[in-house]
This record gives sequence, structure tokens and C-alpha cells, in this order.
Amino acid sequence: MIPAPFTYRRSGSVAEALDLVSEHGDEAKFLAGGHSLLPLMKLRLAMPSVLIDLGPVRELSYIRDEGAHIAIGALTRHHDLEHSGVLARSLPLLAHAAGQVGDPQVRHRGTIGGSLAHSDPASDLPATVLALDATLVARGPSGSREIAATGFFEGLFETVLEPDELLTEIRVPVPAADAAGWSFQKFTKRAIDWAIVGVAVQGTAVALVNMAGTPVRALGVERALAAGATPAEAAGHAAEGTTPGDDINASPAYREHLARVLVERALVEAQSTQA
Amino acid sequence: MVNGAEVAADVEDRMLLVHFLRETAGLTATNIGCDTTSCGACTVLLDGESVKSCTVLAAQADGCQVTTVEGLAGAGGELHPMQRAFRAEHGLQCGFCTPGMVMAAVSLLQENPHPTEPEVRAGLEGNLCRCTGYHNIVRAVLAAAQEPTP
Repeated sequence: MIPAPFTYRRSGSVAEALDLVSEHGDEAKFLAGGHSLLPLMKLRLAMPSVLIDLGPVRELSYIRDEGAHIAIGALTRHHDLEHSGVLARSLPLLAHAAGQVGDPQVRHRGTIGGSLAHSDPASDLPATVLALDATLVARGPSGSREIAATGFFEGLFETVLEPDELLTEIRVPVPAADAAGWSFQKFTKRAIDWAIVGVAVQGTAVALVNMAGTPVRALGVERALAAGATPAEAAGHAAEGTTPGDDINASPAYREHLARVLVERALVEAQSTQA
Repeated sequence: MVNGAEVAADVEDRMLLVHFLRETAGLTATNIGCDTTSCGACTVLLDGESVKSCTVLAAQADGCQVTTVEGLAGAGGELHPMQRAFRAEHGLQCGFCTPGMVMAAVSLLQENPHPTEPEVRAGLEGNLCRCTGYHNIVRAVLAAAQEPTP
């Protein structure tokens, strides 16, 4: 399978990428690692007429400790997140979740910004940044703006990004000492599959993978925890407010059951990692 | 650069790296298996790291170093330690997954020169062997890790 014809453009900087996208409008798509977009293009589920390759934009590949938060360039690869000493110290949930994406070959190409902008609710990192209360930074023709992760994802493959905006940075607050416990749980049939259901927990923040059209916070669980519930009691609320899909892998009822089981496991593990 | 030699060609914007390697560069050892980023048969090294060449555009690899299994042997044709280990440990049955498996294993040992058996299994999770010959493949990688690096 090969993608439908398109024009390939290569950009060496953020400024050049923004110029190219303003030239081509919403016919153009940014190409980061390509491991979400190219498979969709091969299936003709996406047919952009112009691809703007961000591969050479090295200025967006970094992980910086800014004290109260960690700043991550949008083109930082999963492999680099997985092996980052800064993340291992300050955001072990993110390092671990990045190491659960796909397989080593995928992690050598895929980027955090690409994964978030692609907005697949079955992906690992969207729910992870939601649990971490991250802020996303996007740059467009009129400058930069900050978007809370809670307001970023709109639906399957849809975000609040405008066609001429580029996601440039992910800012993740370093969890407070009493919220240091974390866990990432993911249920798959095969190692490299997307999660049928997944859970990211940081402190008492709980986010679900693949339980709705977007990643969602498990607000019922969080409310129960705040009221002093045990992990088992709180996990009973895991499916509240979710709208899980029905597909070849699982029925909605099965996904709701999985969410309750995985949330309990995640809360127990998060308690055990809370020093 | 492919296996240390420059390969220059004008190609269609949508050409995939695996087609460039097989059809333009004439290096047909790299197989096309699932074509959906799953099976790993098309694994090559891009700037030294394993990637699935069915999910990389040829244009994205412009200016990069690509290594296929044809590029592993030494100048005199002596096999790479990973190739020797696959032969010695019978790490292949039909051979279809082997080029990708060998390249993924080479990348794995570059990142983790002395992996444990579970680390080898996790490190090869992106490569499928439909003969299910995994045990000997894992043995081969563990054996290659005992060899001095070339």
C-alpha cells in the first residue's frame, strides 16, 4: 500500500513550517514521526494534498527542567522520553507511558507532539498528559497560545488546534510530594496493540485511555478518592460518565468492566509508589 | 547513504523507504510483510536506530544513513556477529522475518549491550515470526551479546 499522491515539503524550522502551512492552508498536514499519519494515508483515511515534514526541525526536540514544570519539545521522540534522566526523576509516569507506546521501532520515530495532535483516544500519551494536568503550547501566525490538556482534545482525530497552528511544547507540572504516586496500566491482546482500555494515575488524578471519543478524566473516581474512599471503592466509579466504543476487540460493557479492574490496580500501585 | 554508499534518485513524493531500498537501490533482502507497521519484516537502521521502512517516506530518509541487512557483513564478506549467532543458534526457520529480526536485534544491542532474556523479548516485540521460532531467535541475540562488538 502506498499513500494517495501528495506534495512533500520539508521544513527546517518552526518559522518555515508556519510559512509553509499558511501557504497551503488546510490542504496541508504536518508530518512528525509519521507513525500515526502515514498508516492512515496508506488506508486512504487521510488524504492531505501537502505534507510538511517536521523531521529536520531539531529546535523542538528537548526535555528541560524548568523547576516547577518540565518543558518538552513537541518533536521529542517516545524513545527519548523513555530514556530521559530528567523524566525518570521528575515525571516517571510519562517516561514509563512513553516506553509502552507501540514497539522500539515505533518509539524511534513517533513524537509526543505528533501523538497528542493526532488525538487518538486509544493512544497512551493523550491520557497521560491529561492525568498530569499538562499545558500545551501552540504557535500560529499571530503568536503562541497555551491550551490546558483538559481542553485540547475534541474527538477522534480532532483537537482545538487551528489548521495553521503547530503544537510546539508540552509543559508538565512536577507533581507535589504528596501526589508522587503513579501508575500506568494498559490492557492489550498483543504487545504492540493499542490499549483496549488503559489508565494513567498521578497522585489522585486518574485518566482513561479509550473509554470515550477523547481521553477522559475519571471524575467519579477522583471525587471518591477525595472523600476518602479506598482504591477498591473508588474504582467502582471508573466507568461513570464514559462512552466506550463497541468494536471487534470489546463491547462497551467489557470496557467498563476493564476500566474498573485497571483503575483499582493502578490506584493500588500508585499508593505503593507514593514514598 | 545506504550501507555506506551514496544512492541518489529522483523519486515520487509518496514513495516509501522500503520501496526505495528494494526497487531503486536494488537491495531486496529487506522484506515487505504486513505493510502496516506491525510485523517488523521491513526493519532497517535509520541513522543507527531500528525503524519500520514501510512507515517512513523515502524523502524523510534523504540525507540519513540507512543500513540494511546487506550492509552488516564486513568488507571481506565475513558475517556480522548477529548473523553468525542466528546461524549458530538456528534463529530462523523460513527466513522471511530474519532480515528485520537481525536489524532489530542489532539496534537492541546498541542500546542495551547486555540485555536479560526478558529485555530481549521486549526489545523484539515489534517483530513477528510466523514460524513462531522465537526461542532460538532470543538465544541468538543473547549469544551475540557475548561476542565482542565489531
